[in-house]
Parts: sequence; structure tokens; C-alpha cells
Amino acid sequence: MGAGKIARRGFLVGAAALGGGIAFGTYLYRRTPENPLRATLPSGSTVLTPYVMISAEGITLITPRADVGQGAASIQAHLLAEELDVDPAKVQLDPGPASPVYYNGKVAAEGMPLAAWDSRWLAQTGRSASDVAGKLIGLHLTGGSTTVPDTYERLRAAGASARETLKAAAAGEMGVAVDQLRTEDGQVIGPDGSTRAYSDLIEALRDTPVVQDVPLRAPEQWVRLGRKHQRTDIVPKSTGTFRYGVDLTLPNMIHATVVTNPVRGGGLRRMDTRAAEAMRGVEAVVAITDGAAVLADNDWRAMEAARAIEVEWDGGGPDTDALWQTHADAMTDDNRDSRFADDGNVETAPGAPVTAEYRVPFLHHAPLEPANATVLYQPERTEVWTATQAPRFVAQAVARITGQDAEVVTVHALPAGGSFGHRLEDEWVRQAAEIAVQRPGRPIRLTWSREQDMTHGFLRPMALARGHGTVQDKRVRSLDLSIAAQSVAESQLGRAGMPSFGPDVAIVAAAWDAPYAIPDRRVTGYRVRAMVPVSSWRSVGASHNGFFHECFLDELIHAAGADPVEERLRLLHDDPSRKVLETVADMANWAGPAGARGVAFVYSFGVPVAQICEVRDTDGGIVIDKLWIAAEVGRVLDPVNIEAQLSGGALFGLGHAISSEITLTDGSTDQTNFHDYESLRIWQTPKVEVRVLESGGPIRGAGEPGLPPAAPALANAIFAATGTRLREMPFAKTLRFA
Amino acid sequence: MRLTVNSRQHDLDVEDEMPLLWVLRDVLGIHGPKYGCGIGQCGACTVHLDGVAVRSCQIAAADAVGAAITTIEGLGTPEAPHPVQTAWIVEQVAQCGYCQSGQIMQAASLLAEVPNPTDAEIDDAMSGNLCRCATYPRIRAAIRRASQSEDS
Repeated sequence: MGAGKIARRGFLVGAAALGGGIAFGTYLYRRTPENPLRATLPSGSTVLTPYVMISAEGITLITPRADVGQGAASIQAHLLAEELDVDPAKVQLDPGPASPVYYNGKVAAEGMPLAAWDSRWLAQTGRSASDVAGKLIGLHLTGGSTTVPDTYERLRAAGASARETLKAAAAGEMGVAVDQLRTEDGQVIGPDGSTRAYSDLIEALRDTPVVQDVPLRAPEQWVRLGRKHQRTDIVPKSTGTFRYGVDLTLPNMIHATVVTNPVRGGGLRRMDTRAAEAMRGVEAVVAITDGAAVLADNDWRAMEAARAIEVEWDGGGPDTDALWQTHADAMTDDNRDSRFADDGNVETAPGAPVTAEYRVPFLHHAPLEPANATVLYQPERTEVWTATQAPRFVAQAVARITGQDAEVVTVHALPAGGSFGHRLEDEWVRQAAEIAVQRPGRPIRLTWSREQDMTHGFLRPMALARGHGTVQDKRVRSLDLSIAAQSVAESQLGRAGMPSFGPDVAIVAAAWDAPYAIPDRRVTGYRVRAMVPVSSWRSVGASHNGFFHECFLDELIHAAGADPVEERLRLLHDDPSRKVLETVADMANWAGPAGARGVAFVYSFGVPVAQICEVRDTDGGIVIDKLWIAAEVGRVLDPVNIEAQLSGGALFGLGHAISSEITLTDGSTDQTNFHDYESLRIWQTPKVEVRVLESGGPIRGAGEPGLPPAAPALANAIFAATGTRLREMPFAKTLRFA
Repeated sequence: MRLTVNSRQHDLDVEDEMPLLWVLRDVLGIHGPKYGCGIGQCGACTVHLDGVAVRSCQIAAADAVGAAITTIEGLGTPEAPHPVQTAWIVEQVAQCGYCQSGQIMQAASLLAEVPNPTDAEIDDAMSGNLCRCATYPRIRAAIRRASQSEDS
């Protein structure tokens, strides 16, 4: 819907010109940032809050969390629609402008050492601080599986406030009391059955104060949330009519692609662009940071010309092989980053010792839509069209390049053809801005070739873990896990021009806070010095720590001679966690006769998830037959999509665990395209069964927590099938897969 | 050269070797087929040439002259979807959706040739279509659903 969104953006501006437009919503605090919709509405109109806009043309719902394929736009629309009484299929959706109004109050908590299962006062206070911090810095950001928890009340409240204000406006017009009115499908309905469409109430709304603090409907009254419904993007995405950034076409647009040093900041020895410049359709080759951009009349001609540029880069960097030693060397007191878990005394714990070392490689997000951005620079104003999870960061980054105030940089946030964390980055947007300032007045659409994209990733950190533990009396007695990795927070915040303080929770996430009552238990994070840009890859630290912790725990349980499910159940001290593990064991009939199975349990992003994987060792290699998933999310809003997110996350985890790694030679990425950076294919995909529990606890998001248990469940199943412990990803380095 | 796309003829002045994908996207403005890899590894650019699924990034424009080229836009529309598209809608297959035009074109080609594919035939036919969101279980379900709807 990219093009549609652009048209609707025009509508927001156009509505101002036409003299119609009202916006509604609610605020969590008294002191609120400026409503960003105000700037695009006429001076005579009443702009109240930022999520519901009504004009003569119809209703527009503002869905500020980025849709990267996880269904964010649809669920935000349904949260608003549930209280507003509109059909999400009959209204316009728009992500809205980059604005501090749309701050994320939940995501900062992910950076705090607070266990999600901990409901004590200190943890609750810390979580409240996340909201304050998010608001203070206007953190308009999508990530950390926070879209649903962060917008669950806010958007319903905005919808309710809008509905009651519409009723108040209609009551005046119709000459009846508000309590005699009801609402349905975008209309106010009077006691005599007469109706007023919301869009016909604009004039009456001008003199109607916004009704605040409207009680929310109880879930039992919901007609959309919690029930099967169709995602708002399903029809366009099934008919080739959904529009992405790569499809954006503007008048007089220049197509661009770039060639840059595979080692950022590495420098240039020699570049010859003459052949490229002579090619058909090429307008120019211009300099940008770390390399050059080809400007042409279509993407293919730009990419062909980019290939014809002869270049010798300077610089260089580490080899992956050597980095393993760097990680091993980082496990010293000098580099200790955190020790959030330290129960009992692992140094003196009795029992038979078990030790193991685990490794995971660098990974690239590699969403299928290549990185792209369109920038139109004009001296007084710059417009940016790109898929982004952090539109204010994008505006600020572009403003630094254009020399403008970020206030005059308009970011049109587009939906993404995948992200997995990639659209938290913005290097390609900055490149497009660098080109755009050299061509004022002409839109520059920059599209990375797949090769540029693959060789310029912002990587999931490689990580090394060492486990030491003891077993005694058929029980796990102690577990001491040491994890070394680069800091994502330091790297990522650094790129956004922000400092990072204190320990990086991601290094130990989902390990330190694993809710196991092991008598002697310690988790230590070691920070590896910054060497390679690293990034938030779907489930972040849990993507490796789930593997480290659950495989090592499995080794201990096996050494103890205990049952992997029974011993985990004995150790889990958190009731919802026990429940999901019992549920998945029940789904898979764990106690009954079965093939080779492995289990894993990981608590990440506030969601306890248990998975059981079943495999067969065949002549052709390992076949994954089945994956069972159980999770607890508090409450399910979209039963169809939550299954897709949990299943998709788990399968994403399986695919990368089997096949994927990014390696570096002299600092440059060795992999160039999907032939040497494989991930899951349909023939490798097991049958997946998902069950989602709703305890009524805090509501949670499901984009990330499905991933971490998948790889350890597979590795533990492979151990059951073959007796081989897989301690290094990708597993296909060690074993053959069918 | 003259290309026939979705039953319409277009006279074009493009390089013989320009991949069909880019002729469709950048010259004709037909954006359903997607660029994902450019080397025939992901299948996002899949279209039909005389009814058979091909990777349009691997077909030179000159080699498509004389063939009936069908993109997802020619398969069906939001108002009148093809049965495979209907199955994709009912099963709610798409997540990010970027690969789905290619998946649907591949599936439509399979079902035209094998109306009742086995699980193994589905996996074989779809093996070249990468979905980074891993919607594969629903792709399988949608193909089975479309297969049944075409039976009836």
C-alpha cells in the first residue's frame, strides 16, 4: 500500500486545502507533545489527538508502529476500530508523521535488567520508568515485540474518545440525549433509527469538546479483537497490488544504486567510473560516503553500471576465524559487562561436572525487499519515503546531511517487505540524502542491489558461550554460563548518535532471567570490544542465548539421567512458564511413544514459549518432521496472526540455525546473495502446531519470542536421534540435513 | 521489440539483454513481480511465459518476444481474484508479502499442470521460492485449498 499511503499523505495535506479534517485520540499524560496532525489541518478546525482523523472524504486511522510484515498496521487499526465502531476494511490507514507523540513507552524496558516474570515493586517501578523515558525522548520506534503491549490501551482509548465525541456532536445536531445514541459501522444511530455518518459530523465536531477518559469496553463485548479477522493488507498482498518502497514512482525521479567499501570507513585507493558513465541510461556517477552512486533512468541500468565501476578499496578488518579468539580472550574480569544472576555458589557446588562451549555466527537480517529509500531535497524542505522502524531517527539523520532542521524533513514511513530488525538501520536513507542534495528538486530513489545489501549488513553479533555445571542425585545442581559478544546497544545507539550507558542486557538476555530455580546459578556477560557494526536481529540477544542456555541445560539434564521435560518442570519457578511447558508436552504427547524429540523453553520479550521438535535421521540426512509451539501472551487479539508470528519466528530460527552464517575475510563479508546465505525452504519446513494460552496477565507481542526456543529444540532432538551434540551454528557444518 | 504482457502488446525500445523483470517494473510500471536477488535464487520475480512459471530476472527481454507473458496483475485482481489468490486470502498466507506474487504465480503454474499435487509435489514445485517470513505452512495449506476449489 506504499503508493496508496503516499496518496493518503497527499490527502492529509489536501484535506487542509479542502477545509475539512478533525483528529481524535487520548494522551497518557497531561503534558503532551504537539499533535503532529495539526500542521496539516486548516486553522479553523479542531485538532485534538493523533490517531483518528475524520474528513468529508472519510475516516483515516493513524497506525504509527511500522508494519514490517508482522501485521502491525492491521492490529493497530483493529484496536482503534473496536472502540470507534468502524470497519477496518472501509477506512484509510496511515502511519502518520514522525512525531514524539507516537513515542513507545514499553521498548526501553527491554534494555533494563528486569525479569518479565518478576512482579515485585522494584521491577514494576523500573517498567514505569520505561514509559517516562520513552516519552521524554519522544521514542517513535517499533521493536522489541512492543507494538501490542504499547498500543493496547492507548489506541482503544483513542477510539473510545473519538466515538463518544462523535456521539456528543451528533446529539447536538439530532436534538437527543447522548445516551440515546449508539454507533455502528462509521455511523451514529439515533433512537428513531436515523443515522449520521461520522464524516458528516465535521461541522458539529468543531464546537464539541473532546470527551476524555471514556471507560473501555470489556473484552466480552469485543466484536473484532480476539476473534478471527482478516488482516487489512491480505487482499493487496495476495494480488500483487500492495506497494513497497521499491515500487514508489514519482515524476522526474532518478533511479540510483551505490557501490561502497565493504568495510565502512575503509577508504578508496582508486576508482574508474568512465565505463559506467558511458553506459545507456546513466546520468552520472557521484561521490558519496565510502564510495559512489550511479544515477540512471532505471534500476537495472544503474545496477549494471555499478558493476562496471572499477574500484580498489583501502582499509580492511578482521577475519571471522580470528574473532573467535577475540571472543574467548574477552572472558576476563576486565571485560565483565554484567552478572545479573548469581545464586548460591557455582564455584563450590557439589556434583559431577559438565562443561561445554557453544558458538553462533554473525547473521544478516536480509529481508527480501532490498534496502531502499527515496529522497526529494529542496532548500526549504526535504521529503523522505522509506520503510523505517524509527522515523524520527531517520529525519534527524537526513537533516544532518541536508543541513536543515529536522522539523522540515518529512518522513513518509512505508511498509516493509520484511525487516527482522533491518529497518532500525538507515544507512541507505543517508546515502539517498547525500545524492539528493546533489540534485535539488529531483526525487532520488536509491535501491541496493542484493549484492550490496548482503555485503553491507548490520549483523547479529557472533557470540561465544561457555557452560559449566554440576549434576547430583538425578538433578541439575548448578549452572554457570558465560557469554561473550559485542554490544548491540553500543553499536546501534552509536550509529544514531546516542550514547549507551551501563551493561548491555542483550548480551545475557533470556539466559540471566531464565526462570529456573537451580540452586547454584550464575550468568555472566562479557563485552567484546566493538569491531563490526552489529544490530538488533529478530529476538536480539535471546536469538543466541536461548540456544546456549537450553542446549547446555539439556546436556546437564542428560548427564543427570533425568527427563528433559520433567526436570525443567521441576526447576521452573514461574507458573505460566510451567503451564506452557506442560501444554507443549501434552500437544506432542511427550510421555507417549514417539520419534526422536527435543524440547526447549525460553522466556523472552515477556513471553514464555516452549517448543518440541521431532526429527528423523535418514540416509539423506536429518529430516525435521514436526514442531509444536506453546506460548503465553496474556490475551490474544488476532488468533490468525499470532499463530503466523509464532510459527514464522520459530521457522526463521530453524532455518538460520541449520544453514546461515555471515563470515568476514579482511573485514569484508564473504556471502553475496541468497545462494551462499541460505535460509529455510519449503521442503525443510516441518508441520507446525501452535497453541497460545491467555492467562489474562500482561498482554504481550509475539513477533520475536517464537524464535529463541526453535534452534535448541532442534539441536536437542538431533541429540536424541544421533547422539551428536550440536554446539555450533550453522548445524549443517556438522551434520547433513535432507 | 514487441512484448505481450497480460494480453496487451507493448512496443519497446530496450536492450535485448535487459531482464524481463526490469522491463516489467521500470519500463512498463508493472510492479507485482519483485526484485529479490537478480540471480534466480528467490523466485520473487516469478511470472508466466506461455503459462509456465519462470524467473523473470533470468529471461532476457528479447527472449520473451512472441510469448504470452502473464504477471500477477494478469492472473486476477482484488475484485476478481484467481482461485489461487482466493486461497491465499482465505488462508491469510502473507506476512510481509514481498515474495507472495512469486509464490502465487509458481503455485498457479503447478496447479495448471498438476491439479491435485501431493505434498512432495508441492514442496518440489515451490522449492525455488524463498519466503524470509517462513509462511510455508500456509503456502502449503493455500495450495491444497486451491486444488480442492478447482476440483469442485
